[in-house]
Amino acid sequence: MVPITTVHYLVVAAILFVLGVIGVLTRRNAVIVLMSIELILNAVNLNLVAFSHMWGNLQGQVFSIFVTVDAACEAAVGLGILIAFFRNKETINMDEIDLLKW
Amino acid sequence: MNPAMNSAVNAGMVPVATPWFFYMLAGLAVLSGALVITRRNAVHSALALIVTLISVAGLYLMLYAPFVFAVQLFVYAGGIMLLFLFVIMLVNVERSSKERRFNRMWPVGFAAACSLMALFMFAFLKGKALFPDRRIPLPEASNTQQIAALLYGEAGGMGSYTFAFEIASLLLLAAILGAVIMTKKKL
Repeated sequence: MVPITTVHYLVVAAILFVLGVIGVLTRRNAVIVLMSIELILNAVNLNLVAFSHMWGNLQGQVFSIFVTVDAACEAAVGLGILIAFFRNKETINMDEIDLLKW
Repeated sequence: MNPAMNSAVNAGMVPVATPWFFYMLAGLAVLSGALVITRRNAVHSALALIVTLISVAGLYLMLYAPFVFAVQLFVYAGGIMLLFLFVIMLVNVERSSKERRFNRMWPVGFAAACSLMALFMFAFLKGKALFPDRRIPLPEASNTQQIAALLYGEAGGMGSYTFAFEIASLLLLAAILGAVIMTKKKL
């Protein structure tokens, strides 16, 4: 059996990233769009940890913890915006959120 | 640890089950990741996302990163997903679960994402030599200690990332205030 190399982890991370991108670009439900962003951030984390393993130092793992902090902030603020929007317009469909569009 | 296992670790041997575990965890992550973006009900998507997060946490464990594994389980699968589930229950899923799942431009988005995937695969195939498999063993037992030394510094000195760590705490504070202010009914 082929031993698991760094490229294996990178391919898994790329697939997760692309799934997240598809979710962001195609879904209408804004909550699921935010979940897809979490998927993207997780793919980035997996890449960072795989590179940390490849080089044998811990910088990548520290960076992945910072990315997790960012994900937590993004989820809190994003869901706050979503609740505020739902209170005003009674919808969370992405194609009805067009206040700033002209 | 028994002597046979000890000598195996000293010889730098890879555990026998590693490829199977990798393929199982990777398949689970990708499968439930696909479920996240295709389910009609947002609660099902959230549950599938939890499965993805836990499988990715297992991959971290295979990469000798036990601290990141724990952070992934506690912060992501615990905290963030709890927040998501609460918000799903606050906004009504009834209406949006009866409507179209994808927007009208979905073929364009899908094609763009597929070309991105093709670009990734091209880069990985062409640049395989850029990702050497060195397998420098990271010390697993002192992993948390070493991350702490990088984040907080040791023996009175600042670590390499102490400043970034403090900025991250400020960012979290700003996010808490932002979330509270935005969800308040009357300011």
